[in-house]
Amino acid sequence: MKAAASSPSLAMPNIRPGRILAWTLLFIGGVIMVTPLLFMISTSLKDASQVYDLRVIPEAPTLDNYIEILGDGRFTRWLINSAIIAVIVTLSNVFFDSLVGYTLAKFRFRGRYIVFIAILSTLMIPTEMLVLPWYLMASQFGWIDSYWGIMFPGMMTAFGTFLMKQFFEGVPDDFLEAARIDGLNEFTIWWKIAMPLVTPALSALAIFTFLGNWTAFFWPLIVTTSAELYTLPVGLSSFAVEQSIQWEKIMTGASIATLPTLIIFLFLQRYIVRGVMLAGLKG
Amino acid sequence: MSAVAYREAAGGGLWSRMSLGQKQVLWAWSFLAVPLVFYVVIRFWPTFQAFYLSVTDWTITKPASFVGLENYGRLIEDSLFWQVFRNTFLYLILGTPISLLISFVVAYYLDRVRFMHSFIRALYFLPFLTTAAAMAWVWRWFYQPVPIGVINDLLSSFGIPQQPFLRSTSQALPAVLAPAVWAGLGFQIIIFLAGLRAIPVTYYEAARIDGLPEGAILRKITLPLLKPTLVFLVVFSSIGFLRIFDQVYNINTNDPGGPLNSTKPLVLMIYQTAFSSYEMGYAAAQTVVLFLILLVISLVQLRLMRDR
Repeated sequence: MKAAASSPSLAMPNIRPGRILAWTLLFIGGVIMVTPLLFMISTSLKDASQVYDLRVIPEAPTLDNYIEILGDGRFTRWLINSAIIAVIVTLSNVFFDSLVGYTLAKFRFRGRYIVFIAILSTLMIPTEMLVLPWYLMASQFGWIDSYWGIMFPGMMTAFGTFLMKQFFEGVPDDFLEAARIDGLNEFTIWWKIAMPLVTPALSALAIFTFLGNWTAFFWPLIVTTSAELYTLPVGLSSFAVEQSIQWEKIMTGASIATLPTLIIFLFLQRYIVRGVMLAGLKG
Repeated sequence: MSAVAYREAAGGGLWSRMSLGQKQVLWAWSFLAVPLVFYVVIRFWPTFQAFYLSVTDWTITKPASFVGLENYGRLIEDSLFWQVFRNTFLYLILGTPISLLISFVVAYYLDRVRFMHSFIRALYFLPFLTTAAAMAWVWRWFYQPVPIGVINDLLSSFGIPQQPFLRSTSQALPAVLAPAVWAGLGFQIIIFLAGLRAIPVTYYEAARIDGLPEGAILRKITLPLLKPTLVFLVVFSSIGFLRIFDQVYNINTNDPGGPLNSTKPLVLMIYQTAFSSYEMGYAAAQTVVLFLILLVISLVQLRLMRDR
């Protein structure tokens, strides 16, 4: 029985017609998945007269759309706004979420459990419910149309805190005790000893926070009113409305908003996929 | 000079007189100080405020005054709310099963593929990294009539009649849903792959030795062991579809949620009530309804996780 079950796989290693069929279908499916992106990029490389020609490879590719759109200054401004906001919010989350996660995982003190439950309970509250009070707060304190106004709701997240707590729990106490005996203070122990041990989790958190803020639309749409403060998604939306049916211009704008994350992915594919898996399984 | 020295000595004295445990407690609370202020001011206080606003008649021009459950009564009688409620659940009950079925099938077969594995995985994953607001414009272009629209162009080359897509009250909602499903597949596939890989190989080996056919292995081993992953993805994507906004808002900017409100989800109604009609109190009541729906889903998740 045993021999009978194992011999076919020895006789035909890997190359079975079923496998070739599955591979081909998976490949076709994957190509369909990226088709919208290919069309977006290819149309951004066409001039207005070629837009109706739906070939994926443009007949006479041109960067004119990019030169025109980036040249008018608004997109550069929105790119810079989005980059600054996404980077600052990411750094804040990496710092504070891991500090809180570490404290809840590694310190024993009264009130620890209550703090943990309180932070975890905020996961139940949808952003949309907080948006009106935030808007009220932002208008009272003059945060409308400012970087801080866009950033303040996301400076820390319960998701990140929970994720980091899970990972810090896996750090052996002996490491931290040894550092204490060496006379390091608690902040240094966290920053120099514990943090380097959870870098996969930190990169997962950084990837999610950056992506979430780079693509964020709802809150930036509400809290910004002047075009100088728009983030890239909000700016693109207003730009596209104004272009109406100039699809090659709209596709160029959409490419400018999308390409940065796609390019980052090409370089960091392994870390990003691993990060998503980590966050999904532990988060 | 001497005062400084005295204070330092006293401080040092107090610090050195503290036990290791007391020092730890002090460190812990000093680490938590700033975050706790943040959570109280930016999370808890606004939560209570949202509940409070939902029982007031606050508008941009008028200060809030208490009106009891009037906003909720108005919501129940608002036919637009029921239309929106129906749309929101359509996004959920179409989007979640369709996207999970596709992503499971892809992950199940992709898991066995070695040749160009990470390249194919990347093809499926890339849309997840896109900006929903930008992709809504790409899909909007796809749905245009000939000669601009890619999909109608393809249909006409097969001799299939033109479809109205975004202009039709029955086709618009699935047409808006498609980019949301498309963009979410990559994430779900990655999570399924991680879940599949976490199943010990010995289980499969034992099943093969017992001569179980592939279908039985899938039903008796893979799916039951994948239940935690499945529950997580069902809840995660349900919440995503219930909160759909970016795609809907951008795919039809002339009449967001149109035609005739046939694609309007709850979050878009909240946005328009608050920032087009400026009826903040009424909008707050709608956000409380969204909160209650999400709460029910989270509780169902907790229940399912405990059952395993």
